[in-house]
Amino acid sequence: MRVSYNWLKEYVEVDRNPVDLAAALTQAGIAVEQVEEYHGGLEGVVIGRIMDIEPHPHAEHLKVCKVSIGANSLLTLVSGAPNLACGILVPVAVEGAVLPGGKAITNTVFRGILSQGMLCSAVELGLPDDGSGGIMVLPGTAQEGLPVSACLGLADSVMVLELTPNRADCLAMVNVAREVAAITGSSFKPPETILEPGSKDAAEYTKVDILEPELCQRYVAKIIEGVTVGPSPAWMRHRLEAAGIRSINNIVDVTNYVMLEMGQPLHAFDYHTLAEGRIEVRRARTGEEIISLDGVTRVLDPEMLVIADGSGPVAIAGVMGGLATEITGTTTTVLLESAHFHPQSIRKTSRRLSLRSESSMRFEKGVDLAGCRAAADRAAQLMVMIGGGRVAQGAVDVFPGEVKPVMVNLRIRRVNEILGTTLTMDEVASIMDRLSFPYRVQEGLALVVSVPTYRGDIGKEIDLIEEVARLYGYHLIPSTLPHGPVNAGRTRSQRLEDRCHTLLEAMGLTEVITYSFINPSAFDRLQLPPEHPWRTVVEIRNPLSEEQRVMRPTLLHGLLEVAARNTNRRMGNLALFEIGRAFVPQKGKQLPDEPLKLGVVATGEIDRGWQEKPLAVDFYMLKGVLEELLGRLGLDDYDIRRGEHPSCHPGRTGKVSLNGTEVGFIGELHPAVMEEYGLTRRCYVFELDLGHVAAQAADYRFYKAIPRFPSVTRDVALLVDQTLPASDVERVIIGAGGPLLQQVRLFDVYQGGQVPPGKRSLAYSLMFQNMEKTLTDGEVNAIMQVIRTTLVETLGAELR
Amino acid sequence: MLSSLMGEGFFYLGNDCDKEEQAVYTKLAELREMAKQLIEKASTCEELEDIRVKILGKKGELTQILRSLGELPPEERPLVGQKANEIRDDLEKHLGEALLAIRRTEQQVRLDRETIDITLPGRPPGLGRRHPLTQVVDQIKEIFIGMGYSIAEGPEVESDYYNFEALNLPREHPARDMQDSFYISEEVLLRTHTSPVQVRTMERMYPEVPIRIICPGKVYRRDDDATHSPMFHQVEGLLVDYRVTMADLKGTLLAFARQMFGGDRQIRLRPSFFPFTEPSAEVDISCMMCGGSGCRVCSNTGWLEILGCGMVHPQVLANVGYDPEKVNGFAFGMGVERITMLKYGIDDLRLLFENDLRFLAQF
Repeated sequence: MRVSYNWLKEYVEVDRNPVDLAAALTQAGIAVEQVEEYHGGLEGVVIGRIMDIEPHPHAEHLKVCKVSIGANSLLTLVSGAPNLACGILVPVAVEGAVLPGGKAITNTVFRGILSQGMLCSAVELGLPDDGSGGIMVLPGTAQEGLPVSACLGLADSVMVLELTPNRADCLAMVNVAREVAAITGSSFKPPETILEPGSKDAAEYTKVDILEPELCQRYVAKIIEGVTVGPSPAWMRHRLEAAGIRSINNIVDVTNYVMLEMGQPLHAFDYHTLAEGRIEVRRARTGEEIISLDGVTRVLDPEMLVIADGSGPVAIAGVMGGLATEITGTTTTVLLESAHFHPQSIRKTSRRLSLRSESSMRFEKGVDLAGCRAAADRAAQLMVMIGGGRVAQGAVDVFPGEVKPVMVNLRIRRVNEILGTTLTMDEVASIMDRLSFPYRVQEGLALVVSVPTYRGDIGKEIDLIEEVARLYGYHLIPSTLPHGPVNAGRTRSQRLEDRCHTLLEAMGLTEVITYSFINPSAFDRLQLPPEHPWRTVVEIRNPLSEEQRVMRPTLLHGLLEVAARNTNRRMGNLALFEIGRAFVPQKGKQLPDEPLKLGVVATGEIDRGWQEKPLAVDFYMLKGVLEELLGRLGLDDYDIRRGEHPSCHPGRTGKVSLNGTEVGFIGELHPAVMEEYGLTRRCYVFELDLGHVAAQAADYRFYKAIPRFPSVTRDVALLVDQTLPASDVERVIIGAGGPLLQQVRLFDVYQGGQVPPGKRSLAYSLMFQNMEKTLTDGEVNAIMQVIRTTLVETLGAELR
Repeated sequence: MLSSLMGEGFFYLGNDCDKEEQAVYTKLAELREMAKQLIEKASTCEELEDIRVKILGKKGELTQILRSLGELPPEERPLVGQKANEIRDDLEKHLGEALLAIRRTEQQVRLDRETIDITLPGRPPGLGRRHPLTQVVDQIKEIFIGMGYSIAEGPEVESDYYNFEALNLPREHPARDMQDSFYISEEVLLRTHTSPVQVRTMERMYPEVPIRIICPGKVYRRDDDATHSPMFHQVEGLLVDYRVTMADLKGTLLAFARQMFGGDRQIRLRPSFFPFTEPSAEVDISCMMCGGSGCRVCSNTGWLEILGCGMVHPQVLANVGYDPEKVNGFAFGMGVERITMLKYGIDDLRLLFENDLRFLAQF
């Protein structure tokens, strides 16, 4: 809503300038987005004083003037006007100005002399001829350099309101004025409507039938005859223009003017174009068409409400009128509509037709049902005032219902309970007074407030408490801290998530955050077979683009895209992680499952400074991260075995499980996937389901005593089939080693050289420890013998 | 010089000492003299060791002399022996001092040789980074945990009921226009705010109070331009208890603003509208760039809008089952991206989701 400061002052005394008023409105909840200057369509036209006049050297009838526009700014202007005189004040349109007639002003050369703009006549400024016979002569009191609007009484400020949905009432000037009155404590002056009663009754001209009383709760029709359609007076044009509405003609302008003034959308029909001169409010019939005022043919359907005459639709109710019945230069009798339509019906129609108007916007947000008649009367009065003619007696007012003000109980105790204030009955009552809400006092404890019908947002006590709060001033409400018992903290899984962040960060991984929705083509890029479970997705019905059409079942795609983007920007050394939800539809349930996942990708190399060569990222680097992470979370019983994943290298993939539950995978990216994402260096990934991990993570960790006796370390090297997993060897060693074997560490893996083909050499360092006493060589030798024998017997290992 | 070194009474052995005895004394004196000179000339630890072996070793000269004491008359042996021991102690002391001096010099030489260019860069420890949005959420969590709140969570794919209906936003409510949503089905959508967690938490807790939660999380709206991301983050807060007032809300937000943005921040509440709170407010903090005098960051207003809040609407409490006459509460919600951008002076929202390492490495 654009509120003209000058116009507003008609309804309320304002004791402050537009900027201060805007600040006060904002503080009271009517947010003013900005305050604009308005110059009555004369932007770029300033007041100048003619300082010097010389004849044009090459043109007899032209003069060259030096014109001061203030601030030591002297322009040269060429003019042919007969009334030029030194010392007079004149309007100067400078380069960039666009005059009301549409003329754009530029610096122009007239016969060799550059004219920096144009001296203007009153007519050129869209004003009545001032009789000066040439350039408009401004009063001597005008001040050089100011916009010309300042001395023509056209200068105005426009407050642009950013209204919250509950305050649709402020789409009317009068209600903004009421708000100003409540804030500043001044009084509200409603516009006066005095109608000369006409000879004939409106009912003799027309008849209104509401066939859909649910969708149209009221329809007021007034008849104004004998009007002369023509341009509106300047004051009305300027007010409409300041509000952002184009002037059409005096009759249409009045409907818009009163809509802005009182918030009630109105429509004017040319009465004589209405078949049978009657109105019917009904649903459109299938296939019915109308050419709306904007010249577009609209196909209607029964979901839409129309205004029809004796032959067919003449307006899309509350949205836009029809071209055939519009006000034209030949119109003499007007049927003025002031009706109330159902907000949702208007919203639907407006959406279906993709047609929004000032009218539909207001109906959607809610219009005062009680205000129809007053708006119609006010418009009729203005039509007569500026268009001539007579208003027929009364109106056809079809109003099956009745509007009564809502009565709301406002308990003073409750006000203070909610706000934390200590307001008295008198203070609360004075706020109701400022709002002009009538009330009566009930037993000294409460006010029974009669809420005016234009405040449709107030229906309950809490609504009135909000009124009290905002007019009392939020800044006056004290600041305290709540007391009472608390139960603060994080849940187990939240702590685990935080811990993952910390651990991964410490291990050199950088966190990324990617969109939860992805392009479903990702599944092909990830080489997923058609039946892969990831392809069962939560799909968005109205995505912004294909890129964001399905909810991710995995973090892998997002991570790979980030890796690719960074690689393309020449940052190819990456170790990234993301923690976020994936989305898995659940059969028979409304909402999908949202497992929390951890995804990791690493590629390129790790910088180790200038002393050492960078270390290429490989499978074991990422596996180390995974193992350290699980270990630090207190999960010692994890198992990583050879496995498969369609996105991963078949020989370099592992399944991660915890106590038999699969919780994720780790692997080198399949070359086909790398190609899809444009990744050129080997990439390693893992993904874990943190929900499963959290379920098994240890809450506590118990300390183990530090041994008081020395440990004994022995090495064992063995040759085994190269396909035998090292984890099997380790398991055998641990099994055979018994309780005194405390640690098994693989320190060498070797193939080639003296190792026969198909075999590999594994070397382990075994640490033995007895917590009770010092181990003897004999004891350790005996255990080592058992280990060696078992390795040979169960794995066919060859000891070296 | 020698005399002073050797000690006063050493050469005055009396007239009664016989010749043989005198010869031993002379030998000892010469030996001492020689040893002194050798020690003085020595420049390495090895040379000193050689001297020690030569003089004091098993086959050393002093040892030889001591062994030869057996040839003296028994009554003279103690005195000569004593002298010889004195000389040995004295030489050992000198050897020790010389050794220390040489070690000191050698160490100095080694230290000089070992000088490195300490201006060469250090080895990167290779730590990773937390996304700035996570860092800000972590900070918000810390502040509210300190004020007795716990962390609540809720689904990102949410039912229309929790996202709208239960929050006093019926199907045809005009306020739904403010939030264009991504729909999964007629009844299911991506949550447009973290507020549904309010309702879910209240349902879980009912009829217990107090409830003090914050809920950080991802939310989704159908907007994608320079200032809107279709996915972004919010932190929702909710407190429900007996006798909770708007003054408590103000005090809580002031405490938060000061911990988050600096101890001298002021806050300003402006009336606003949310369907699920009443009275509602938008909250500004005094601009931390200019302190409130007006600058580019705050568009010369001195204030920065950081969150929305209000008293929980009685209808929302009633929807869950609470009696709004008995308990009430306040709620607030803030955009994490906005706070992050303010905090770090980030001027382009898209940077937060591009995940360019050159950006992420700065936090």
